[in-house]
Amino acid sequence: MSEETKHGEHAHHIVSPKIYVVILISLLVGTALTVWASFIDLGFWNPIIALAIATTKATLVVLFFMHVKYSTKLTMLTVGAAIFMFLTLISMTLADYISRAWGNW
Amino acid sequence: MSATIVSLPDQSTARIPKMNYLTKENGLLSWLLTGDHKRIAMLYLISLSFFFFIGGALAGLIRLELLTPQADLMATDTYNKVFTMHGVIMIFFFLVPSVPATLGNFLIPMMIGAKDLALPKINLLSWYLYVAGGILAIYTMAAGGVDTGWTFTTPLSTHYVNTNVLTTGLAAFIAGFSSIFTGLNFIVTIHKMRCPGMTWFRLPLFVWAHYAASILMVLATPVVAIAIVLIALERTIGIGVFDPTKGGDPLLFQHLFWFYSHPAVYIMILPGMGVISETISTFSRKRVFGYTAVAFSSVAIAVFGFFVWAHHMFIMGISNYAVLVFSLLTMLVAVPSAIKIFNWTFTLYKGSITFETPMLYTFGFMGLFTIGGLTGVFLGTSGTDIHLTETYFIVAHFHFVMVGGMLMAFLAGIHFWWPKITGRMYPEKISQLAAVVTFIGFNFTFFPQFILGTLGMPRRYASYPPEFQVLNVFSTAGATILGVGYLLPVLYLTWSLKYGEIAGNNPWQATGLEWQTQSPPLTENFTVTPIMDHEAYDYEWLEKQKEKEVTHAG
Amino acid sequence: MPDSHTIIHGASEAAHDAHAEHPAYLRHHFENTAQQADATNFAMWLFLVTEVMFFGGMFTAYLIYRNWYYPAFVAASHQLDVRWGTLNTLVLIISSFTMAMGVWCAETRRKSGLVLCLVLTMILGVGFLGIKTIEYSEKIEKHHVPGFHYSLQSFTDPQSDPAVYAEYHDKALPLDMARHTEVYFSLYFALTGMHALHMIIGIAILVFMIFRAQAGAYTSGHVTFVENFGLYWHFVDIIWIYLFALLYLISRHQ
Repeated sequence: MSEETKHGEHAHHIVSPKIYVVILISLLVGTALTVWASFIDLGFWNPIIALAIATTKATLVVLFFMHVKYSTKLTMLTVGAAIFMFLTLISMTLADYISRAWGNW
Repeated sequence: MSATIVSLPDQSTARIPKMNYLTKENGLLSWLLTGDHKRIAMLYLISLSFFFFIGGALAGLIRLELLTPQADLMATDTYNKVFTMHGVIMIFFFLVPSVPATLGNFLIPMMIGAKDLALPKINLLSWYLYVAGGILAIYTMAAGGVDTGWTFTTPLSTHYVNTNVLTTGLAAFIAGFSSIFTGLNFIVTIHKMRCPGMTWFRLPLFVWAHYAASILMVLATPVVAIAIVLIALERTIGIGVFDPTKGGDPLLFQHLFWFYSHPAVYIMILPGMGVISETISTFSRKRVFGYTAVAFSSVAIAVFGFFVWAHHMFIMGISNYAVLVFSLLTMLVAVPSAIKIFNWTFTLYKGSITFETPMLYTFGFMGLFTIGGLTGVFLGTSGTDIHLTETYFIVAHFHFVMVGGMLMAFLAGIHFWWPKITGRMYPEKISQLAAVVTFIGFNFTFFPQFILGTLGMPRRYASYPPEFQVLNVFSTAGATILGVGYLLPVLYLTWSLKYGEIAGNNPWQATGLEWQTQSPPLTENFTVTPIMDHEAYDYEWLEKQKEKEVTHAG
Repeated sequence: MPDSHTIIHGASEAAHDAHAEHPAYLRHHFENTAQQADATNFAMWLFLVTEVMFFGGMFTAYLIYRNWYYPAFVAASHQLDVRWGTLNTLVLIISSFTMAMGVWCAETRRKSGLVLCLVLTMILGVGFLGIKTIEYSEKIEKHHVPGFHYSLQSFTDPQSDPAVYAEYHDKALPLDMARHTEVYFSLYFALTGMHALHMIIGIAILVFMIFRAQAGAYTSGHVTFVENFGLYWHFVDIIWIYLFALLYLISRHQ
């Protein structure tokens, strides 16, 4: 039984709890960081930092909790496709909004 | 009469195989709770045909009204409801699922050498969702209909009508999930369940086309789902997200709506193009010219199709910069479709062409889709679009690609695989007649509409200036002929179930794993997993096989 | 006899292999359990892709309106308690950890560990919803629910809301900008509501899984259900990570 589970199943690398703990702590630190940063006036950097921290946290969840780091190329391609499509939706819709009354931005 | 490639077994001794997917189990529940992709395909075929004729009846009402310049057959409000429901039913409940849910479901596992799709229960769920959505759509019609047009344009649909926007939206939402699950199933199946030796570039182009369409289904459909949710919230609670008085933007809905609805047209056409690749090869006895180009162009259509949606919004108030960008990108998306047409044409060159019914529909597709596609380029050019949009030119354009293109491809596919699905041949002469009648009826119906559009007749109007009447009468006359052309197949295909000639495994001498099995196939498709050791459309391999054929089990 | 490259391939040995590795949970259209696990895993990822696009539409709406009505969004976001939001974020992150640990327990066949992890995940999930309920009821009390007697008073006259005013000293918004706070709250309820719906579905499935796990269904080599559910749960967590950053943390400085 175990040979065959090792055989197929996206390499079936079992991620150790130690890694999970490290990621958990990183996520908790990241949360504290982002809350703290929102209380400081950094001008236009605020949203950028908030999104950067959120994206880092999301990346850690995707890579380690969701095992993408140990998964097939197909899985990574699938995640990439979702992100790409989402960014296309936002950026091309924005292409309209930004360029309307140029003054509104 | 011209040559034919049809090769049937000796009718005096031939029999339908006793064991097949139709006879495996009996009883209504064995159908309603089936996991067999072939049975689910048949369930879809029956329900799709039902919705097609409802949509067709609505089309008949539209054309009847437009016989005269006045809005005298029905009130203008009613007319609005009729064309709206015609659009909703034809798009969401016929065109989007047509080839994928029937032929795709039936054939993809067989074409790749698998026993079923990856997720049979999800497949069945897809059908139930489709039926639920459809029933809701019919309820909407009974409850008074909706009159916003199938596009639910805001702010009309959110603030100015009292009709059943919510139930129609819900029906489309549910049908959307049916589509998503079908696409998801296909992608997993094609990636993970190909038989040994079936590399990507040995797949039939039918499979490539469905793969591309499935990517669109999975990525684009959720966006229209959320657009519908937001409309529902706007109409019920008045959240203000599309309401200018509260700071919302009606165009945001349109962006989200068309983000799906443009890829949707490729969801509709790509599977049809997959059918054409198969028929054109079989009836020219020649491998498809430029297999790689055709395969990649399917994916290219899918990818580029995501970047052009705002060409439906040129006059709606988007910025000039956006008009420019989307117009340029629209030019790009025409290229892969053109590549396919060129490759199919080169497939014909020096082929041994015969004119069985599927090939007649295929030729119809080639001509009509080309015209429809080229007129799409006129519309993608923003300068001309400003004058042609919201006129009958648009109506003609999309009917040429969808009816002249997609519906013809669907009929080509149904006829082509009918022997495999049922074990019987349809009657050739009457089916050829029906194909010709359809082609003639189609041209009479929709070509005048191009002229009407350039002359300025607006779409979605129950009344029009009297000088447009002659062309409208032509169009309605054509629609009557078209109706006959579509009714005939229902009659003779049903007839063929009992009286058609026994087809045998491979009446068309076609390549493809599905033709190596009995007709109708076994529930598990193959008794042992096939091993694919030849290229796609390999007619030499087929010659060698004929000598070693085993006909059927049991 | 068919020489056939395509048909028979050592039928007898294939049949023998099939019986040897044919556990009860192997569906008949799959060749082996590895293919089944692989396929269902990929299917779950594709489903999550559809979810990304589903939420994506609302994120697009949010992005546009936040940039159009920034002052309204800032003022409105101050009405959300950043402490509850932070707590909820921590709750979900820990629940993702417990879920990942649950998958590990299933993979290493630790039945009681798995049950414990699933129960903890569920409790944390319910805790999240409980906090959300507290937050929502605050909004209802203060008439900040669009479409239900929505009140602009907190924004046109910030001092009428002493708790929030003490923290942020917001300036009064002009009437038209104040009206746009309703768009913020529409998106707030739409986004967090849709997210909460996904949490509820997740918790329901967790309850089902706890019973099945207790019966040993996931600790005898067949971990795909737990694994795939884990993917769903982590995805819901990721959505919240972004919602927290976008809805709560727009600008908390004075």
